[in-house]
Amino acid sequence: MPNHDLTAEQIRDLRALAGIIIPASSAYGVPSADDDRIFADILRSLARDRDDISSALAHLARLAGGAFADLEPQRRLEVAAAFREAGGAPLAALVRVVLLCYYRDDRVMRSLGQEPRPPFPKGHVVEQGDWSLLDPVRARKPMYRVVE
Amino acid sequence: MHDKVDVLIVGSGASGAAVAWSLADTRMRILCLEQGDWVKSSDYPSNGRDWEARLFSDFAINPNRRARPTDYPINDANSPIKVVNFNGVGGSTIMYTAHFPRLHPSDFKVRTLDGVADDWPIDYATLEPYFAENDRMMGVSGLAGDPAYPPKAPPMPPIPLGKSGTRFGKAMNELGWHWWPSDTTIATTDYDGRARCINLGHCTPGCAQGAKASTDITYWPHAIRAGVELRTMCRVREITVDEHGMASGAIYYDAEGHEQFQPAEVVILACNGVGTPRLMLNSVSAKFPDGIANSSGLVGKNLMFHPYALNYGYVDEPLDGNHGPPLCLWSQEFYETDSTRDFVRGYTFQFGRGVGSILEAIVSANAGRLPWGEDHHATYRKLVNRRIGVSVICEDLPEEHNRVTLDPELKDSHGIPAPKIDYTISANSHRMMQHGMARAREILTAAGASNICVESPILNGGWHLLGTARMGTDPERSVVNEWGRCHDVKNLFIVDGSIWVTSGGVNPTSTIQALALYIADSIKQRLANLFD
Repeated sequence: MPNHDLTAEQIRDLRALAGIIIPASSAYGVPSADDDRIFADILRSLARDRDDISSALAHLARLAGGAFADLEPQRRLEVAAAFREAGGAPLAALVRVVLLCYYRDDRVMRSLGQEPRPPFPKGHVVEQGDWSLLDPVRARKPMYRVVE
Repeated sequence: MHDKVDVLIVGSGASGAAVAWSLADTRMRILCLEQGDWVKSSDYPSNGRDWEARLFSDFAINPNRRARPTDYPINDANSPIKVVNFNGVGGSTIMYTAHFPRLHPSDFKVRTLDGVADDWPIDYATLEPYFAENDRMMGVSGLAGDPAYPPKAPPMPPIPLGKSGTRFGKAMNELGWHWWPSDTTIATTDYDGRARCINLGHCTPGCAQGAKASTDITYWPHAIRAGVELRTMCRVREITVDEHGMASGAIYYDAEGHEQFQPAEVVILACNGVGTPRLMLNSVSAKFPDGIANSSGLVGKNLMFHPYALNYGYVDEPLDGNHGPPLCLWSQEFYETDSTRDFVRGYTFQFGRGVGSILEAIVSANAGRLPWGEDHHATYRKLVNRRIGVSVICEDLPEEHNRVTLDPELKDSHGIPAPKIDYTISANSHRMMQHGMARAREILTAAGASNICVESPILNGGWHLLGTARMGTDPERSVVNEWGRCHDVKNLFIVDGSIWVTSGGVNPTSTIQALALYIADSIKQRLANLFD
């Protein structure tokens, strides 16, 4: 059972918009956000923001004068720009879900030089640093006010 | 009805755990009621690939967004700073950054020193042994010798500087300003059954490694072994009083939603600076028509948050990102009052290591830095892992119009009236924030950052909930006395941040817990005549 109540047309619009927000890049070797695997993740991740995303897509359809996904490519870009310009919490929720799913995709993470894994249990290495940097501070007199 | 206990504690977070552990050696029958549940280390987000996404769902810091069954809603519409918390065993220590500074000696004497607010009825020297005991119990990492504090000796070495900390250290030396590695409750060595930090880098929403101290893994195992009972999924509705005006126990809803009554000889509230006044205002009786122990009318008033101003910029090389505890250093160059400035009191700088790659994308998209379309990828690669940040954490002075009341309509899942927050940032705090933001820009510039951005105040920045049942010797101007006992109800105590008189300009958990240990000791010393 889907965890959203989007219509088939809204799903097509969302997918078309996701592809505009983050297109594929051959230079970086990454897919677009409307890639099959990433978009499936997006559809699975809408539950908590379903109202905002429905509202955002309704706004997008109004700006498009119908189905956004059916517009000519250039007109899509113009409508998407107007949609972004209008801003608002529903748009922010929609973009957040797209970014959440895009930047946890294995292919995208690898292109950024990141290991596609959770932080635990391997963790990370952080250099200790040179604590002699603190020497000028160590040499200072007490700074706190003495209270009688 | 349950058997009567000697001591009933409401809330198992920072202060409730500390007071339970300390009182356990009396061999009294002690019970703690906690509205949330245990959180297993395997539940924490850093176990899974969706670790950043869960910051926006079941591990969101804002309870209205998180909306777990164990959370209660908060009407925060009339506040520029939203309350953040966690409800579960360990309370908000489950979901804090583990930054662990103490208040300073001057923080307890602001009326005497600076002519504002009120002095505390206790001082730093009184709390000093409790600070040290709490550092040992929570397990603090840090470095002795900080000139901003009286001498102290953290039991573990500091967390690493990393690339970000090194940059900040050099910048602060160039400016000639104080900086020091943060005291933190992240274990840098194996400590009391906890494994050392392995730099999961996602500390705030719980540590899967167990390196970050939360009271479910520090105080509670010791308290439970000593005989304290901790009853979870029990949401307290009200504290009841008997015909003599003494607290007689608590009415609560158990895990199945059934109403229960727990009688007690002594009741201790440890529900934080919003939860405690909410419970007190919901505890209405013929004796206390305006809420229990509220003859002063101050229950819920003088709410203090610590307004935060976040300043960040981007450098031209990859740094630590989120690989490592997020906060690594502090500066108290501008902590003490300086009469040449246009504000009284002061602030701390917290230096941030960086953020995760998804959070960077979301924040940058919201700020308009991250374009849609062809330029998205190139721009993003100039942002990710290149951020360094400085937060200004400002002392918030008490003002009665900043308050917690009961919302007339909003209720939790048990039908208990929810808290409503009315809060504004004072003119003094605004001036302090402006000063801090200007200095933060100098620091970031010296550290080689450009594209400097500000979020002020941090919207979801109401971590520190203080002042709503203040401590004092005058029953007309305070709710509890100098050792945490309510003036009006001599077997009712408060041990959380509600009792703070002023806020200082540092994270409060260390001082909240030291106060709880001090109050527990005060109770133990007076057991023979506790109610006199």
